[in-house]
Amino acid sequence: MAFKGINFVPRGTKIPFISMRNIAFILSGIAMIASIALFSTKGLNYGIDFIGGTSIEVRHKAGPADIADVRGKVGALGFGDVQVQQFNDPRDVLVRIELQSGDEEANQKALDKIKVTLGDAYEFRNTEVIGPTVSGELTQAGIIAVITAIIVVLIYIWLRFEWQFSLGAVVALVHDIVLTIGIFSLLQLEFTLSIIAALLTIVGYSLNDTVVVYDRVRENLRKFKKMPLNELLDVSINETLSRTILTSVTTLIALVSLFVFGGEVIRGFVFAMIWGVLVGTYSSIFIASPVLLLVGVKRDWSGLGGAKFKEPSGTV
Amino acid sequence: MLHFSRWKTFIVWGFALLGVFCAAPNLIPEKDLAKYPQFVQNLRLNLGLDLRGGSHLLLQMDKDLLIEKQIKILRGNVRTALRGKREGSARTGAIRYRDLSAKKDRVEFKPSDPADLEKAYQAARTLIQPLPSTSFGTTPGNNVDVEKTADGRIVVKPSEPAITAKISSSIDSAIEVVRRRVDALGTTEPSIQRQGEDRILLQVPGFDDPDKLKAVVKQAAVLSFHLVVRPANAEEAADGLTEPGTTIYPSKDQYSSHYILEDEPLITGADLANARQEISPQTSRPVVSFRLNSRGAVRFGDVTAANVGRPFAIVLDGEVISAPTIQEAITGGSGQISGNFTVSTADDLAILLRSGSLEAPLTILEERTVDASLGADSIAAGKLAAIIGLVGVVAFILLAYGTFGLYANIALLINISMIIGALSLLQATLTLPGIAGIVLTMGMAVDANVLIFERIREELRAGKTAISAIESGYSRALSTILDANITTFLAAIILFWLGSGPVSGFAVTLSIGIITSVFTAFVLTRWLVAWWLRLQSSKTIDMPI
Repeated sequence: MAFKGINFVPRGTKIPFISMRNIAFILSGIAMIASIALFSTKGLNYGIDFIGGTSIEVRHKAGPADIADVRGKVGALGFGDVQVQQFNDPRDVLVRIELQSGDEEANQKALDKIKVTLGDAYEFRNTEVIGPTVSGELTQAGIIAVITAIIVVLIYIWLRFEWQFSLGAVVALVHDIVLTIGIFSLLQLEFTLSIIAALLTIVGYSLNDTVVVYDRVRENLRKFKKMPLNELLDVSINETLSRTILTSVTTLIALVSLFVFGGEVIRGFVFAMIWGVLVGTYSSIFIASPVLLLVGVKRDWSGLGGAKFKEPSGTV
Repeated sequence: MLHFSRWKTFIVWGFALLGVFCAAPNLIPEKDLAKYPQFVQNLRLNLGLDLRGGSHLLLQMDKDLLIEKQIKILRGNVRTALRGKREGSARTGAIRYRDLSAKKDRVEFKPSDPADLEKAYQAARTLIQPLPSTSFGTTPGNNVDVEKTADGRIVVKPSEPAITAKISSSIDSAIEVVRRRVDALGTTEPSIQRQGEDRILLQVPGFDDPDKLKAVVKQAAVLSFHLVVRPANAEEAADGLTEPGTTIYPSKDQYSSHYILEDEPLITGADLANARQEISPQTSRPVVSFRLNSRGAVRFGDVTAANVGRPFAIVLDGEVISAPTIQEAITGGSGQISGNFTVSTADDLAILLRSGSLEAPLTILEERTVDASLGADSIAAGKLAAIIGLVGVVAFILLAYGTFGLYANIALLINISMIIGALSLLQATLTLPGIAGIVLTMGMAVDANVLIFERIREELRAGKTAISAIESGYSRALSTILDANITTFLAAIILFWLGSGPVSGFAVTLSIGIITSVFTAFVLTRWLVAWWLRLQSSKTIDMPI
């Protein structure tokens, strides 16, 4: 039991994060503008949750599937935009067809025809048919959820800290979400309902990180009443750096394992979260904290904030 | 912070062991499960459709059709109201009218004599009835609204609450019918829930024939037998006009494309006692044989006796499926429906007739069907990822914190057991994103411990003794831990609220994971550390500072 463990982050780091803020703001600014530009030009590769349509994963029962054959057969049915691609295993094929015009039943009829056409040679492993009504509702619910999450968080941080902190946290959040949407647009990864779930998890995670730094900032504001704010922010970030890195690493270990071994179905979802952890960790250091410097914070914290929880009497 | 009274210790470990106990039945192999008591068998993860295979269908009732039918009934009622009262053989108070028509949402007519407007208005108002009061004791208003228009017409319109109530009752009965139909397919544990005003969410795990499921669920299956007036000629079929009391129906049989049938049904689906698929001994083709209840049998016997030699039509959802000729009185109360059936479609029809009809057909808004083999692959992949992720995290924490890391890891393992235990106990659905949620929690759960340990480190660096460093490490990290977890928890709640299927499964595991990880990190490891401190004589901490 004598093993003490390894110090992954050296003690007493004094990295001048805050003085790097301009570089960070420029980098993030460029990345955000690029993301928005990508989003408005290339757009997102929306999954059928949002645009409706049919997605079928089939497995050829006897050996590797003949993609060209499937493409030819399904393409000949005249369902408009048809995507046929290799998926996961050589036997597996993913077929996506666009939302059929007409009533809700039009998509079901298209599915029936595909089943007849591909016949018994294929096993239908995953079938999703989303009609126009539901896809519209899901899009709306997704947007509402993300916006609500941001507002709720804004209010919570405001109540627990001060409006400046709330602003900083939300700027960081919007940054994370915009960059995530940007990478999905850049790589044209499928954007589904579960990516919205991932976005909300990123909101939670990024915030978690930001709050930890802010908590320390608030504490130091009480402790070092005369220290210039930029120095104080640097001290706070450096003090929490070890925790920030250790938590990010454990979370990433878990996520990378999911990405590699968790199967094709959730790969996009996990990718969004890995990206979110990286971006979220970056933003809580380089965005959320410098924002405090820009807007300024109240310096007299005596008897406020964290006093709701019991504090030990002795301070260092 | 480091003192645990005996009862506190008892509660802390009670919770932890309860979690482990509730999680343990998941380790029992499927084949041995029957040997254990029922409550143990129930403590197993409830796997979502994406993991066990099955179909998820979001169905919507055809509201417009339902309203259309209501309007037609209303038109009949208006006609009756204008006919006046029967006194002996004469009628009094009859009002002559024209242009009685059923519009999309209302019935309209015009009194032939404009002077009758007020009289006609009063006659139409006799149709107004208060709706039954709701369970909250409020009165929702009347069934119909009656209005006079400026150009001398009378408008009779079902009220909003009446339409809402009608849709609501139709959906309620549809849920029952769908349940009977799905049960008739021999599925286990289907979940049938009402969603919103006019929707039904049907989840059927482990059923491998989605096409059959859809065929059986969607159809209204309104059955009636009518006497045939005559086959319709092409002209009649085109304009749809026919003498009063009869209606033209399209036909699926090989003899005629349309038939003119009497409106009054001989019997309806409600008169059926049973129905099943059979092979007809005469034609060797699949047929649906049915048995009538006693009331239906008597009626059918009487009508067939009176109409020997005439054809009657079997109408299903507005279409004639066959029109046999009555050879002799059918008094036994049983018969056969032959049509252009395969064994499978005859079987479907038999199920539909046994289970009763829907007031309007259901439309599939959303379908998600997963094959059981894909579900099994997903479980295997999820398990592998979870185990590798866990080993990685455990190894890393051990490296980072030494002995204290061991405590954090014990807490982590108990944490995972508690998540699985809570999911098993609550019978919450575990989906593939839910597994991702558990794996993510593994990563994030150690966060609280990391926060505490980093605090302790700082306090040690500042020269505090082990005990006071641990004391203040725990107490000062608390506010941060709560802030950090409450924010994540808020995001998880919003996710759950957004949630459909797999996504809400993820939100549930994430929320449970947040609660259990705060408990295990803040309470359980604290107990372990306190216990270690009591055993330890040197009072130094094995932790890199």
